[in-house]
Amino acid sequence: MRNRWIRIIVLGVIFLAVASAFIAAYTADDSPFDVGDLAPDFTLLNLDGEPVSLKDFRGQGVMLNFWATNCPPCREEMPAIERQYQQYKDKGIQILAINIAESRLVASRFKDRYDLTFPILLDEDRSVTQRYGIIPIPTSFFIDKDGYVVAKVQSMMTDEMIKAHLEAIVP
Amino acid sequence: MSTLKCECGHVNPVGTELCERCGKPFDEKDQGILYMRYEGAALRSRKKNKTFVDYIWNFFASVKVGVGLLVITLIVSMFGTIYPQQMYIPATADPYQYYPDQYGFAGFLYVSLGFHQMYSSWWYITLLLLSGISIVVSSIDRGIPLYRSLKNQQVRRHPRFMQRQRISGRVVVDDPEQTLANVADVLKSMRYKVMTGEKAVMGEKNRFSRWGAYVVHLGLIVLLLGALLRILPGFSMDQYVWIRDGETVPVPGTENKYYIKSEGFEVEFYEQNDEEGPLIPEEFRTEAVLYENMATQSGQRELREIKRHTIRVNDPLRHEGLSFYQSDYKMNEFSQFTFALTHQESGEEVGLVEIDLFDPASEYDLGNGFKVELVEYYPDFELDAKKEPQTKSPIPNNPAFIFRVITPDNPAGETSMVLIQQTIVAPGAENEYALKIKNIAFNNVTGLMVRTERSLPIIYFGLALIMLGLVISFYWQHKRIWVQEQDGAIMLAAYTHKNWFSFKQEVERLIDLTGLPLDKRTLDKEVPMDE
Amino acid sequence: MNEQLISYSSKSLLIAFFLYLVAIVFFVITITGRRMEQERREALKQKWGRLGFGVAALGSIFHLLYWILRWVGKGSAPVSSMFEFMSLLALAIVLGYLVIYWLYRSTALGVFTLPLVVSLLGWAAVFDKTPQPLIPALQSHWLTLHVSVVALGEGLFAVGFAAGLMYLIRTVDQDNPLWHRRLLEICMALIFMLIAFIGLSILFTAMGYEAQFNYVNERGQEQTLTYTLPPVVGPKDGEYLTPERMQPLVEAPTWLKGREAPRKLNTIVWSVVVGALLYLVIRLISKKPIAERLKSLLADLSPALLDEICYRAIIIAFPIFTLGGLVFAMIWAEEAWGRFWGWDPKEVWALITWLFYAAYIHLRLGRGWHGAKSAWLAVLGFIIIMFNLVFVNLVIAGLHSYVSG
Repeated sequence: MRNRWIRIIVLGVIFLAVASAFIAAYTADDSPFDVGDLAPDFTLLNLDGEPVSLKDFRGQGVMLNFWATNCPPCREEMPAIERQYQQYKDKGIQILAINIAESRLVASRFKDRYDLTFPILLDEDRSVTQRYGIIPIPTSFFIDKDGYVVAKVQSMMTDEMIKAHLEAIVP
Repeated sequence: MSTLKCECGHVNPVGTELCERCGKPFDEKDQGILYMRYEGAALRSRKKNKTFVDYIWNFFASVKVGVGLLVITLIVSMFGTIYPQQMYIPATADPYQYYPDQYGFAGFLYVSLGFHQMYSSWWYITLLLLSGISIVVSSIDRGIPLYRSLKNQQVRRHPRFMQRQRISGRVVVDDPEQTLANVADVLKSMRYKVMTGEKAVMGEKNRFSRWGAYVVHLGLIVLLLGALLRILPGFSMDQYVWIRDGETVPVPGTENKYYIKSEGFEVEFYEQNDEEGPLIPEEFRTEAVLYENMATQSGQRELREIKRHTIRVNDPLRHEGLSFYQSDYKMNEFSQFTFALTHQESGEEVGLVEIDLFDPASEYDLGNGFKVELVEYYPDFELDAKKEPQTKSPIPNNPAFIFRVITPDNPAGETSMVLIQQTIVAPGAENEYALKIKNIAFNNVTGLMVRTERSLPIIYFGLALIMLGLVISFYWQHKRIWVQEQDGAIMLAAYTHKNWFSFKQEVERLIDLTGLPLDKRTLDKEVPMDE
Repeated sequence: MNEQLISYSSKSLLIAFFLYLVAIVFFVITITGRRMEQERREALKQKWGRLGFGVAALGSIFHLLYWILRWVGKGSAPVSSMFEFMSLLALAIVLGYLVIYWLYRSTALGVFTLPLVVSLLGWAAVFDKTPQPLIPALQSHWLTLHVSVVALGEGLFAVGFAAGLMYLIRTVDQDNPLWHRRLLEICMALIFMLIAFIGLSILFTAMGYEAQFNYVNERGQEQTLTYTLPPVVGPKDGEYLTPERMQPLVEAPTWLKGREAPRKLNTIVWSVVVGALLYLVIRLISKKPIAERLKSLLADLSPALLDEICYRAIIIAFPIFTLGGLVFAMIWAEEAWGRFWGWDPKEVWALITWLFYAAYIHLRLGRGWHGAKSAWLAVLGFIIIMFNLVFVNLVIAGLHSYVSG
């Protein structure tokens, strides 16, 4: 009788190990955090060389937009973001556009050309880009007043899309 | 559960073929050579299938099933090498297009069957896991009974056990007791472990060799576990980083805990004997410095140097499970342009403008009322679909500048555009001054693989176990020689599990040294093969 | 790089080569002399066998000397080109033979192993012998360990193969199933093809034959391809630079991705055709299947001993092969490429070889797998190794394709 139980236990342990290995393998996820998690804090310099931290905006809804001037869809969605910024900036919404590893000159000339008024932050060494696990650009995060990520969009957005997402994070 | 009691008094588990203690064969009818592989122990899997558990157990305990799994894995693996695996085709290629394009219909079949990523497919992994289960179950099934048998064995054996060994003999001597004492001495001199019993002597050597196979199996399981652990988050990391000379960048995948700096990348080539042949690289080398970032916030740096190392191929930088491997490079990327502001007519140089291509200033003051403004800068210039100037990438592969030159005579300034090769004058203006390229500085860029492999010690431990097991199993062998008095005569029997020719020579030496009048020619009962 | 030492090492290898040839002659003497009376034959066998063994052992010393001199002369272990690997494998086979001789005192094994050694050396001579500087990826002590230990293991597998083949020839008769006899004859024909290959290569190299093409190679680059055998198979859309030579009859298929694949395919076509012709001619002269003709020469050997030698060689080889082909390979791969296993074709083939011999060892546990079946497996195992050496280099481009392979 004892032998039988040993065999059942051995087979059971093997089965469990195999099953959990498969589950682990096929649910593995590369991104460092998910929607619903607290957005990692960061501090970057804006175009005037002043430090700006994410946590300074606790209490406000924040949209983070990761972009670069060499990315055509990023260039294309910028006017829409600017229009929505004008609509929502007085409703407790902040938009931070994080430029990925370009020079200050390139980013600020771009800002002038497109008449952008929201703050542009420079992620000179890509540390924030890496921390947020950005793969395609543009990628935008919508963060609520408590600092939690409500939505992540990995494509170019239209006015309507931005509006809908901003609506969700108005404090 | 019923048991099997032998005449020697030992109680054996049901299914035992040879008594664990005295070796008496329970099957009385058969008279052939005994099958000794597992000492005639009661293998669980030899019993009839009764329950579902028995059925599963017996399936995995079968050597046939094990070998079958080995052979299937072997054949399937062959198919995976017909065409390159997906990781060896260009990363940007779509496999469903690439394989048919390259290899025609066979390529189409290959990719349709999923052979292009065979070794990570669920069925290949299932095959490996089934082999793993087979290894565990068959080792338990055989190892434990074998251990019991070898532990319980006594010196004096049942005469039928002696008789039915492959090497056995019987001879009448004058003084059996004296002979046995003599045998014990000789066995000792032959470095056997000698045990004596009731009118019986047993010499045994290298029993541990029998456990070799189980050590190998344990090693394989450790190896498989190590490989499986890799899929857990945090166990394995595979990243890539490009660093310009002098640049310090965060190490990807470490949440900015580590930063790495390249103090310069170099390639050295072998000296060329003839002018013709291609240059052969001798060394790729990155002078690297690893830092730990003490700041808790992303984007902030408080770097503390922890390690310096010259990374070469075959010589990675390692720190606490994080390894950096030399993998790729780019030579001679533009880093700085120096322009001379030149008066067109006289050719006189007013001053120099040094532009850092990665961080240009917006204005360069040359004094005496001369100023150069950088109105636009495109590091990798192209005209987009709307014929507007844009940059293709942030890397200065093809820098373009629009300058406004302000002179004491012309405070409004004149505009010109400079590309690497030509200067385009802004339409409608006849420029008085030009910016001429004076000097170009270059950078090298190193490409490092960043890897973490936390299961590596487990893998190496598994490999070490495999090697240990293989060596003790194949370079030693378990040998036993029994000599005992039986009804006034001396009986001799000997058993080993492989390499009988060498063993037989050893038994013959024993016979020679003790002077036992045994006929060496009739000692081995195995019928010579195929004759 | 010390040219003097390298030239000495080549001479040393040449001496070893001729010593092996002499040893073969002695070994052949031991298995002839059928008509002599039993006692004289035994004495003769003893004498010439020992002599043969002595000469072979002397040859191996020169062979080893070649290796050491080349190592010192080159400044890195001679394990990095096809020529170097082939001659190392040949050395490993001799060493394997010496080990088995030490265990079993069987001289007759030399009759089959030494021709294999000589063939491999002849084959090695076809490849480019100039020492090439090592690219950074190959500058590792693990490479030296990996390759030389693998060669040692494969050398012993080759001894197992020779013993297996001898077993099969020794026991071949009319009672064997038809497939058994047919397959054995195919093995004989394959051996003739190998001989043809080596003979042709040496012959045309000695004549200084050369034909050249310009073509676009497997990586899409323009390349000049130099044939040393008349081009029956030319590259696809190649531009013939030596039109005075023979015109190619067919073009090589483009799915052959190895380096200089059309040239290698041409060589294979030549070897197969000439080897088959050679086989047919000898088969006609002997009036009997060749294996059966050879059988009478091996009559003195005990099949059971051959079976045990075959198994023993393989189980000695297996841990060595595991150490070189898997353990050292993994350690090196981890250090050079940051991963211990990458499913590169050669890695997979090493695994396949390992799995094959693992299956062999498990099958030997059971009753009924000794003798003929086991010998066939030993032969098949060595065919897998040779396939790995030749075919993987020809068809598949990977990390392991040697520069001059």
